[in-house]
Amino acid sequence: MFRPLPKTTQRLAMFFIWGGGVITVLILMVVIGYVLVQGLPGLSLDFLTTPPQGGLSGEGGISTIIVSTIYLVAVTVVILVPIGFFASVYLAEYARDNRLTHLIRYGVEVLAGVPSIIFGLFGFALFVTALHFNFSILSGALTLVCLLLPTMIRTTEEAIRAVPYSYREAVLAMGATKWQLVWRMLLPVALPGIVTAIILCIGRAIEETACLYVTLGGSPAMPTSLLSGGRTLSLHVFYLAMETRAFDKAMATGAVLIITIIVINFLTNWLSSRFQARLGGRK
Amino acid sequence: MSRYFTDRLARNVVFICATVSFVILLAIAVFIFKEGLPAFKEIGFINFIFGMVWRPGQEQYGIFTMIVGSIAVTAGSLILAIPLGIACAILLADVAPFKLRRFLRPLVELLVGIPSVVYGLVGLVLLVPAVREIGGNGFSIATASIVLMAMVLPTIISISEDSIRAVPMSYKEGALAMGATHWQTIWRVLLPAARSGIGTSIVLGMGRAVGETMAMIMVIGNAIILPKTPLDPARTLTGNIAVEINYASGLHENALFATGIVLFIFIVILNSIAVILFKRGTHVQTVT
Repeated sequence: MFRPLPKTTQRLAMFFIWGGGVITVLILMVVIGYVLVQGLPGLSLDFLTTPPQGGLSGEGGISTIIVSTIYLVAVTVVILVPIGFFASVYLAEYARDNRLTHLIRYGVEVLAGVPSIIFGLFGFALFVTALHFNFSILSGALTLVCLLLPTMIRTTEEAIRAVPYSYREAVLAMGATKWQLVWRMLLPVALPGIVTAIILCIGRAIEETACLYVTLGGSPAMPTSLLSGGRTLSLHVFYLAMETRAFDKAMATGAVLIITIIVINFLTNWLSSRFQARLGGRK
Repeated sequence: MSRYFTDRLARNVVFICATVSFVILLAIAVFIFKEGLPAFKEIGFINFIFGMVWRPGQEQYGIFTMIVGSIAVTAGSLILAIPLGIACAILLADVAPFKLRRFLRPLVELLVGIPSVVYGLVGLVLLVPAVREIGGNGFSIATASIVLMAMVLPTIISISEDSIRAVPMSYKEGALAMGATHWQTIWRVLLPAARSGIGTSIVLGMGRAVGETMAMIMVIGNAIILPKTPLDPARTLTGNIAVEINYASGLHENALFATGIVLFIFIVILNSIAVILFKRGTHVQTVT
């Protein structure tokens, strides 16, 4: 049988590896680049501060959409952060290595793999229908909390576990109770890590569409209360593209989304590198 | 309030919070099954799974075409994404100079976070007309597979790269010292050693592909037909739920929850297969 020389295979393989890499980068650049190039010209202060016009024209800006998005994310964070923080404190500091802990961890793992639309179905059945919150910010936020809880718990737990053991020994040696250890030492020391986790969750909340499509209602009006419907930036892109066919506006909204995600990414990277430096201390 | 009382109170509070995610999981299972099972009873399990016709107006509910649609786009996207993703991971982990990696890695991480509707939008504006040139109306399994490939790629690249990078330097040095070429080292040493991590990246990518909803609705056409070629439109299980749930009631609503059950079981099976496959992989690795 013909066997090519190792040197030939080497050349060929490197060609394919570089080729694969270049194609991948090109595809990915096209996605971001195209939206920015098409969207940025339509982006102005005016676009950000005028409400979208009703009907199928797709005219107007995205002011109410931005308010809805911030409102939804804020409500989500307020509910999500305490539950997520306490849960990860339990897993990192209190949990013994027993079946109950395994069960809790299993729950977090499985929940992390459940697709968004299933959360949507659940939110629709429980919050929208059974609890009569209807299509509203509250229904959307509670659904998002369920979806984001695994992410929040995992990243926060990592941040808490990154605190060196000697810190705990020092605090306990002073006669502190476990809760004082958590509240007065772990929380402040791990704070940058916890903030990173929160920003990560905010990013995911902004990206999310499917579970909100079936719980939030999609009204472009200004939200007046927790029980009024709303529309996030991601959902707005979807409605503009699919229903009003206003692609220029969709691209501009997409550009806003991409810029937001870039800022969030930058923030998390910066914060987590500061966190590492802080725990590393002087060497 | 005595600090010991606070301590005990806190212990209970954190425990309750820790159980929340498990409770949510149970609640999801209960609600989806409670709403979905009547559909199985009413329509019949076999009729529902293998039925070719989905006409809510005439009380006909069969999701076979959508099961085929979901499998087709997932398979299509993975066939495209796995070779590209692994090539890119090798490039970033072991071939590219440090400066290139420092530029590309954050880009890949950024792409994990781009909302799926943005991928869908680009697909709708750029890809649908391009595919239309080849044949069909542009909304097709092929279009959806390419869009999904772009969404799955960052996941596969970042996790595969981490696992290739995690292979001890001594393995590579050993292989090179034996006179292996760079490619032989990658193919025979690095990739087998990183197998479980690469496997995990593919499983996660697959999970993202099966569960993706909005981008699929935007480019796949949502037609309820049995696709024969990659240029035919189709509908995914996820798309079926999202498109119809807002106005469904009665048996129609039950049938959509039953679609959710099928999707859920689908993902559990995929994950189990993957876990079995790649557990074996890590075992071999520890023995050698």
